[in-house]
Amino acid sequence: MITKEEVEHVGWLARIEIDAKESDAYAEKLNSVLDYFGQLDEVDTEGVKPTYHVADIVNVFRKDEVTESMSQEEVLANTEHKQEGNFKAPKIM
Amino acid sequence: MAAWTNISGIRQKIADSSAEEVTASYIETIGKSKINGFTTLSDEAINTAREIDANGHEGPLAGVPIAIKENISTKGLSTTCSSKILQGYVPPYDAHVIEKLKEAGAVILGKTNMDEFAMGTSTESSYYGPTFNPWDMNRVPGGSSGGSAAVVAAGEAPVSLGSDTGGSVRCPAAYCGVVGIKPTYGCISRYGLISYANSLEQIGPLATNVADIATIMDVVAGYDNRDSTSINRENTYSDALKDDVKGMKIGVPDEYFGEGIDENVEKAVWDSITKFEDMGATYEKVSMPHTKYALASYYVIAMSEASSNLARFDGTRYGLRVDGDNWHVMASKTRAEGFGPEVKRRILLGTYALSAGYHDKYYLKALQVRTLVKQDFDKALANVDVLMAPTMPAPAFKIGEKIDDPLSLYLADVNTVPINLAGVPSISVPCGLSDGMPVGLQIIGKHFDENTIIRAAYSFEQNTDHHTRRPPEVA
Repeated sequence: MITKEEVEHVGWLARIEIDAKESDAYAEKLNSVLDYFGQLDEVDTEGVKPTYHVADIVNVFRKDEVTESMSQEEVLANTEHKQEGNFKAPKIM
Repeated sequence: MAAWTNISGIRQKIADSSAEEVTASYIETIGKSKINGFTTLSDEAINTAREIDANGHEGPLAGVPIAIKENISTKGLSTTCSSKILQGYVPPYDAHVIEKLKEAGAVILGKTNMDEFAMGTSTESSYYGPTFNPWDMNRVPGGSSGGSAAVVAAGEAPVSLGSDTGGSVRCPAAYCGVVGIKPTYGCISRYGLISYANSLEQIGPLATNVADIATIMDVVAGYDNRDSTSINRENTYSDALKDDVKGMKIGVPDEYFGEGIDENVEKAVWDSITKFEDMGATYEKVSMPHTKYALASYYVIAMSEASSNLARFDGTRYGLRVDGDNWHVMASKTRAEGFGPEVKRRILLGTYALSAGYHDKYYLKALQVRTLVKQDFDKALANVDVLMAPTMPAPAFKIGEKIDDPLSLYLADVNTVPINLAGVPSISVPCGLSDGMPVGLQIIGKHFDENTIIRAAYSFEQNTDHHTRRPPEVA
């Protein structure tokens, strides 16, 4: 069971603000889905390797060559929050 | 409705008149639409058509209009994943598939509505409001590529691109009575597709007929070094357009006809299998014992990958920003405001499933079950050429019917998600009606054996008339 306090903590981890009023409703819906996920416990997976990707590919590398990139103007085109060629954001630390 | 609903008819019309006239006809049809299938129309479509007329109709899709799902990046054209958090985002580059379509001469009509970030089975969770099923405006078109399927069914575009993470091309194809394919994982580059669950999703075309699916596949499939999961393998899909299934072995998995299946859907699919027998194929029942666990495995993996992929949307570089005193507050408020309820639920569940103490219980376990599901396919397809099953267990449901009950919405995907877990190709073709709503037959093949499922689907189409039925209001 996920509690409303855990919902708020997971919201913090996921960077999604959840207020106290919402957390009860989230907990109820998340618990019904987590209950459903519980049926995976019925499956014997002893010794079964996990499948992360179905494509039979490992370690795809490209040559370490300098290629053309987008201009600074293009990179900044989708935000109003910019200053002197940089993204402008509030303090992080 | 535009008069030309397939690529060969359009190309003939363009030869007789012009690409501009064809494009203008589709734009006029879209202008009268009530289904809310398009989110954005391209201002450049008519100019592109004029250029193609001036250049002598070069390219296999010269002048052919196409609609593109809202999560496939198109340079200079809005691409928001139907989410408030990406409102106003205009990509500075084209996805690989868009580059290929442009090289082939296609005219991009605009972007189509979808469930927010491709999370859904109904196209109700879009920030732009729901798309309506052209067969019945009170019903959903399916999802998440609901807009891409509905506009093709309504004659607003002859072909479209969608993306399929757990059935998001095949579900709306079945609900709207059109053809849709989920190719083998790695077959089409995902470069420029805004990722939701990257180990599961593939871009796939939708059309009114199988030949057009093969034509679009010929253009968009192929290797791209910008997608590390892209497979370098040559293929010509239109070579498979043969009316010939003599000797073809069909496997029918019992588990895909489970509890809750609509009796008309079951009958339509069995009638189709009988039709294949008449055409010279044989069938046998097969068992895929881990099917019942595929849905839970799929949702754990998809939500876990979503929690990681959607971490990039924080209001810093594009889209919505809600101000805050520091970055954490800004990002948390932006994501709370910008994401809809279903996206938030999936991110929260994915974050929880990956968090300390739960990783092995949920995520690792789901990946192990995925291995068992994949082995089911390997075993079943070792003895037969294709598998056949209903695409969706029931026809399109009413708008609003499942939106507040996430689990019941997830259960609708029971026959499509195992295919994405295994990465095999699957096509949905119209095979009948249930209470006036379309039913889809799902034909599943071995990895990179698209040509066999296309051959089966094409043969079925040549020997039946299901694909010729159009929505009553459109016909």
